[in-house]
Amino acid sequence: MSIRERMSGNEAVSYAIKQVNPDVMPAFPITPSTEIPQMVSTYISNGEIDTEFIPVESEHSSMSATIGASAAGARALTATSSCGLAFMWETLYIAASDRLPIVLCLVNRALTGPININCDHSDSMGARDSGWMQIYAETNQEAYDNFIMSYRITEHKDVMLPLMTCMDGFITSHAVENIELLETEEVRKFVGEYNPENYLLNAEMPMAVGPYANSPFYMETKMNQRIAMQNAKKVILDVAAEFEKISGRKYGLFEEYYLDDAEYAVVMIGSAAGTTKDAIDNLRSQGIKAGLLKIRVFRPFPDTEIAAALKGKKVVAILDRCEGNSATGGPLGAEVKAALYDSGANTVAVNYIYGIGGRDYTVEDAENLFNELIDIGNGKKQPEQFKYIGLRK
Amino acid sequence: MAERTDISKINEHSPYCDITPGNQIYGGGGSKEFNTGEWRTQTPVLDWSKCVQCLMCAPVCPDSSIPVKDGKRLDFDYDHCKGCGICAKVCSFKAISMKEGI
Repeated sequence: MSIRERMSGNEAVSYAIKQVNPDVMPAFPITPSTEIPQMVSTYISNGEIDTEFIPVESEHSSMSATIGASAAGARALTATSSCGLAFMWETLYIAASDRLPIVLCLVNRALTGPININCDHSDSMGARDSGWMQIYAETNQEAYDNFIMSYRITEHKDVMLPLMTCMDGFITSHAVENIELLETEEVRKFVGEYNPENYLLNAEMPMAVGPYANSPFYMETKMNQRIAMQNAKKVILDVAAEFEKISGRKYGLFEEYYLDDAEYAVVMIGSAAGTTKDAIDNLRSQGIKAGLLKIRVFRPFPDTEIAAALKGKKVVAILDRCEGNSATGGPLGAEVKAALYDSGANTVAVNYIYGIGGRDYTVEDAENLFNELIDIGNGKKQPEQFKYIGLRK
Repeated sequence: MAERTDISKINEHSPYCDITPGNQIYGGGGSKEFNTGEWRTQTPVLDWSKCVQCLMCAPVCPDSSIPVKDGKRLDFDYDHCKGCGICAKVCSFKAISMKEGI
């Protein structure tokens, strides 16, 4: 039986944490993710869960303590945003190469500088090569569901990699929406007890975690990490199929919205996909074949699946909520274009940058974008790469 | 639970599939099998005629390479001594000298 509620994204994720009742949560507060450790520590002090909360002095320490707890055999997690994630940088790579099934609740916020507290994806996009899986939510419901599925993915023996569950700062984290919650008993049955095969506190079989691996071993270690990341695609889909049975909600590597017969498609991540869907509804009512591919799983990157879904489209716009600082666009643009190129597609693909530092992206912006794609498709306009949507000129 | 890792079977010729996830080593005491003595550029040598068995040297060795048995130090464990020279520095009787090379 599902429970109808209304919650912010931070409340929804905190509630999911309470339902899962993990073993250890070290955390350091940073806007806009502060509410997550705040709410979890309230659950703990009220005696509702028995998670061990560790208040630490920085994010470098929160990830280090999470790694220590996970290596010791605990189901561990933390939460952060923006510069907090940046301060974890060194330890993010260690969590991944040590193959620890940690979950990090990331509330996306622009990286400083200039200093800014609002949403964009520069924090998680900066960590895209750290060896972590990344799953993004559009809504509070997805943020809740993604957390509940997370340990089933990270702790799977074919994966054993850490996972970032990402949601848009303030937009998703603070806005209150309707949500359907699962019964706690059902969540615990779905997630299951964590019984690690090997762990530091096992006196029967002591072990070393994270030993030195110089040139004769580093490459082989990375290959094993790559295989785990490739395995994650199937595991994510298998867990989603099981989750659908208890929730009725269906998840894939990405969501397609009117994409099948679309001539003009937008590829994007996160909450602004909802805005684009509204624009698509308006355009479809005018007979325009507009569609959306909303990335849910960014790591592992579903390259062949995306290329197949975009096959035959006239013009595709790839929207990055992140300035890649490469002078040639954003990370999503580069990866989707590479996927299209490798598939042999000759689709016109245009990379745009939107919403950085929390800049609004409106239904009108999305409609104008589709109209521009139509002009490009008709040859009335040349594609302009890496254009900012909403830049004052 | 994994079996004890046989370190002798993980070497510079091992294919990636033979390397444990995250390079984890199962079973304690594996460092004994790792010959750090070959890192040495200087080697401590004990002049037994000067040694009074004061045992100042043994506890300061960072690599536990001065074994002690029945209250008396034995010769260096050259398989693991990295040649740092702390023992020579701490010896009040100048019984330990550092020789160039292994």
